[in-house]
Amino acid sequence: MNEQSTPTSAERVEKLQGLGSSRKRVEDVRFTQGKGNYVDDIKLPGMLFGDFVRSPYGHARVKKIDAEAALAAPGVLAVITAEDLKPLNLHYMPTLAGDVQAVLADEKVLFQNQEVAFVVAEDRYAAADGVELVEVEYEGLPVVVDAFKAMDDDAPVLREDLEGKTEGAHGPRKHHNHIFHWEVGDQAGTEKALEEADVVVEELITYPRSHPSPIETCGCVASMDKVNGKLTIWGTFQAPHAVRTVASLITNIAEHNIRIVSPDIGGGFGNKVGVYPGYICAAVASIVTGQPVKWIEDKIENLTATAFARDYHMTGKIGATKDGRITALSCNVLADHGAFDACADPTKFPAGFFSICTGSYDIPIAYAGVDGVYTNKAPGGVAYRCSFRVTEAAYMIERMVDVLARKLDMDPAELRTKNLIKKEQFPYTSALGWEYDSGDYQTAMTKALETVGYTALREEQAANRKAFEAGETRSLMGIGVAFFTEIVGAGPVKNCDILGLGMFDSCEIRIHPTGSAIARLGTISQGQGHATTFAQILASEIGIPAEDITIEEGDTDTAPYGLGTYGSRSTPVAGAATAMAGRKIRAKAQMIAAYLLEVHDNDLEWDIDRFQVKGNPERSKTMKEIAFASYNQAIPGLEPGLEAVSYYDPPNMTYPYGAYICVLDVDVDTGVIDVRRFYALDDCGTRINPMIIEGQVHGGLTEALAISMGQEITYDETGNVHGGSLLDFFLPTAVETPVWETDHTETPSPHHPIGAKGVGESPNVGGVPAFSNAVNDAFAHFGLTHTGMPHDHWRVWKTAQGLGLTG
Amino acid sequence: MIPGAFDYHRPKTVDEAVGLLSSLGDDATVVAGGHSLIPMMKLRMAVPEHLVDLQDLDDLKGISVSGTAVTLGAMVTQNELIASNALAQACPIIRETALQIADPQIRYVGTVGGNVANGDPGNDMPGLMLALDAAYELVGPDGTREVRARDFYDAAFFTARSDGEILTAIKISAPPAGHGWSYMKQKRKIGDYATAAAAVVLTMDGATCAIASIGLTNVADTALFAEAASAALTGSDLGDAAIAEAVAAAKAITNPAQDGRGPAEFRTHVCGMMVQRAVARAAERAA
Amino acid sequence: MAKIHVKMTVNGREVEGLAEPRTLLIHFLREDLGITGPHIGCDTSHCGACTVDLDGKSVKSCTVFVGQAEGADVTTIEGIAAADGTLHPLQEAFREHHGLQCGFCTPGMITRAHRLLQENPNPSDAEIRMGISGNLCRCTGYQNIVKAIRVAADEINSAREAAE
Repeated sequence: MNEQSTPTSAERVEKLQGLGSSRKRVEDVRFTQGKGNYVDDIKLPGMLFGDFVRSPYGHARVKKIDAEAALAAPGVLAVITAEDLKPLNLHYMPTLAGDVQAVLADEKVLFQNQEVAFVVAEDRYAAADGVELVEVEYEGLPVVVDAFKAMDDDAPVLREDLEGKTEGAHGPRKHHNHIFHWEVGDQAGTEKALEEADVVVEELITYPRSHPSPIETCGCVASMDKVNGKLTIWGTFQAPHAVRTVASLITNIAEHNIRIVSPDIGGGFGNKVGVYPGYICAAVASIVTGQPVKWIEDKIENLTATAFARDYHMTGKIGATKDGRITALSCNVLADHGAFDACADPTKFPAGFFSICTGSYDIPIAYAGVDGVYTNKAPGGVAYRCSFRVTEAAYMIERMVDVLARKLDMDPAELRTKNLIKKEQFPYTSALGWEYDSGDYQTAMTKALETVGYTALREEQAANRKAFEAGETRSLMGIGVAFFTEIVGAGPVKNCDILGLGMFDSCEIRIHPTGSAIARLGTISQGQGHATTFAQILASEIGIPAEDITIEEGDTDTAPYGLGTYGSRSTPVAGAATAMAGRKIRAKAQMIAAYLLEVHDNDLEWDIDRFQVKGNPERSKTMKEIAFASYNQAIPGLEPGLEAVSYYDPPNMTYPYGAYICVLDVDVDTGVIDVRRFYALDDCGTRINPMIIEGQVHGGLTEALAISMGQEITYDETGNVHGGSLLDFFLPTAVETPVWETDHTETPSPHHPIGAKGVGESPNVGGVPAFSNAVNDAFAHFGLTHTGMPHDHWRVWKTAQGLGLTG
Repeated sequence: MIPGAFDYHRPKTVDEAVGLLSSLGDDATVVAGGHSLIPMMKLRMAVPEHLVDLQDLDDLKGISVSGTAVTLGAMVTQNELIASNALAQACPIIRETALQIADPQIRYVGTVGGNVANGDPGNDMPGLMLALDAAYELVGPDGTREVRARDFYDAAFFTARSDGEILTAIKISAPPAGHGWSYMKQKRKIGDYATAAAAVVLTMDGATCAIASIGLTNVADTALFAEAASAALTGSDLGDAAIAEAVAAAKAITNPAQDGRGPAEFRTHVCGMMVQRAVARAAERAA
Repeated sequence: MAKIHVKMTVNGREVEGLAEPRTLLIHFLREDLGITGPHIGCDTSHCGACTVDLDGKSVKSCTVFVGQAEGADVTTIEGIAAADGTLHPLQEAFREHHGLQCGFCTPGMITRAHRLLQENPNPSDAEIRMGISGNLCRCTGYQNIVKAIRVAADEINSAREAAE
């Protein structure tokens, strides 16, 4: 028997490299050779360069802009200001949150480093020289940098452009610096339940202002082809189609005359979802000059002007019975949105999905209210490696559960286990209205605790505490437990849209005559490996090896409409579209196979990569044979070719979850923390590519380490921003980063075609509270209930000092 | 981040370099590794019209160790300091300190001369040179002179070097064989300046500390020689009381700024911890 | 400020050009020579995305003026593979062990690792971590990068032993 001619089923599955395969990434061939194509690699004939004059003030009136000297400098071609944009009605642009944002400062500046003028020059050196030579006269104004003082009676008016506007995009505004009030749940009922609870704990939990800070900053190349009337913008866009629609709406250029292309993107993490003044200015400059214009921000501009994250002040209150059953949760949030409300949330959710804040627990009644305020800080409010405001919610509930555990003198893992939603309760509707799709939380928690040897760790900690008391060590051991539930995959069109665009996603597949294929999607990879994993989904659906499937994204002229990649939505939404489009291909393939085999459709069954006659598997047609037939056979009742498109409107979000445990040691004399061990168990439903999942978890945990241990963008009382360069803004190196232990359970999503839930953001959402809980835990026996992030050396030391441990 | 325009000069000899500095005057700046200067130029906080690159000055290269006499050419890189076994033999604290500066790439180009000469209180080598009582050789239009490190630092970025002079070499009389040493630096991450750091060198005579010397990094507007702290250890048994006295004396002379590493109080505290730990480590290592 | 004539060897090829003295090496490579493998990340010498090999040293080319590299021998990621196109074991190992995601830091990271292994052919994990501590990665958490470098080191060492 010739073994080569009849591969086994296992060999055929192996050849597909489909679902569950740790397939090597196709992207890496170019990236490892320096042949990626990122936006700053684009060089067009006659390309000019734009650079911003930025405000040194946090709040000031712009009295005068003198561009004379700049225009006289060699290579400088134009200096664009708000006055130039006004006739085009482009001095403000709509934000994704229903506000407007100044493209260039309109008579006043509202945050330090705000864009004031755009210098266009022959190259980046000349542009920078031009920026130095633009003279701007300012008159300083009092600043608001403390969100808690933004709505004081005598607080300065920040947004004069909104004067008299008492109705905002999300309801009434009660103060000139108020943006919105948003609430969900039963406030009166929750208050009553809290009053009746045996035990109530309350804590102000602040999630400091941070920044996604991908290594590649934001940028674009805009090119107006005046002959064809077509504007093409290559840029760092996590949502290229949305950018095209927004660009069309604000420029009045017909949408078919705008092409948005996302080339390779050097990390996004939420930073590249929004529309920034640089994009608009580059486009305007190209329209004005008729030449392509490149704008690339530098890292300081990136950290201080585009896309902050977090800045949530959350007052949580939990009620519970004496034996640790949680009976109610309320949370009031003061959200600092900076100078313009540019949050990249689904439009109807000004606080994103913060109402996932009941977490993984079966809490009978709850309330969440969020007030957004303007301050003299950079705009943004992006979902930094998390679904919209989910990491804030997870941090709040996971800290609060620990606070409750201290109050009850219960072990935090035990308290969690007691309150976790039970397997048989799924699908579970939370008190704040979300329908959790699936989960087996108890199994995950048990596996995590057993794997790390939780009981032994607590014993070791008890010994450490004794040794500390006895003066034998100056190091305190902390154990942090977090059990998080994410809500990702926005989302169902019935309630999720961005500026009216429903948050479906799409996939279009063409099978070529020789049995290879191309699939185009509305998403865009920024390192997630879509070209690898979407081909795997398709390989399993249509029986064509992944290596024979090209995945293409990011060009709005060719890709089907989609809402892009952020909020872990690619796998839940576009991944589902891919599977559904694949199934359409397979349905037609079945008809072709039936014709070729001269049997009825129903007599065929699918087997890995072919249709075979039921009960007679020797009679079969492989997908490759079917593909060729679709192009060369005239099949009655069937159109030639083999193509399909699917626009997938998900019926629900997906709810990945996980149990994370962190063990660390705190040097009380220096505040230095050594992360000894970090275990992460993730359940992201069906696992498409375990290698990539593990990589995503490693990366997300490292970002969680960065956020919890050091990242912070602050403003001083005069409105100067601090932490705006990589000297101060903490991006851990390989030395500060510990070794990560990963693990998993697999509970498929019942409503997703392949059961996948998404994973990229889970480790950030769960990692941050695990780290923070561990630091707090190290001091818990001294009566500490809560010390906030970032847990940098001096704050940790200050905590120790406050507890009298440093003397 | 684009620097302003300048003219570039690459002299072949020290005389030529000194001549250039004389003729170009205030508008000229020397560049060695450039990793302090170039970022400042990219921020346009430094805008020299002339840049005089010292990389071809062979006289400024090389490490010489002869008994306890150590001479470091100003253009010796941190990486070369680390790689030199002769240096590690004679004066191991130099390697220990260099390893804690910046990151591998920067250590390939960052020079010991640049590190001590530019007067940045965040640099690590000045504190060490204060502890080692090093001398700096300066060459200018009026010839060559030597200035003790302990007389060199006036204020942040202000030193005894005049604009027309080039720091050409660092001369160290290494402590005797068997001495103890430690450079303890607390920082937030690789690449960061110290929250506080301490260089400790000591020589034991039996159970008694014969000589101790302590330098401090980034806790004032210059690196500091902790004279009283050094004196507190000298002649002591390095017992808890002596160390406590040294720590208190070191902390007393600090005056750090508040920055992203923490408020002054914390940085002073860390300085004390670094002194305490460096003394303990040095004592362990002393023969 | 007159332009200067610069000459250097890049990836084994002699190149020359006229440049303003203030031109940064990274811009000379990327804009004048079209060598876009090394990237610009932070501009302040912290991230290492612009790392190239200059006369046998890993340097951050965003913090080197073109004149400083006059006469130098420069290797970028484009010069790491063999002349016949065979990928270097580091390039293979980064792919095999998922040592990259968005790919932006990768050219600098591999170029740095390449130099590290020439200086220390058999590094421990701790030495690898210290050796790449001038290169930031936001995607991978470094774990698979460390693994890839270790595997590449083993492969290079076994190939060398086999050849000897």
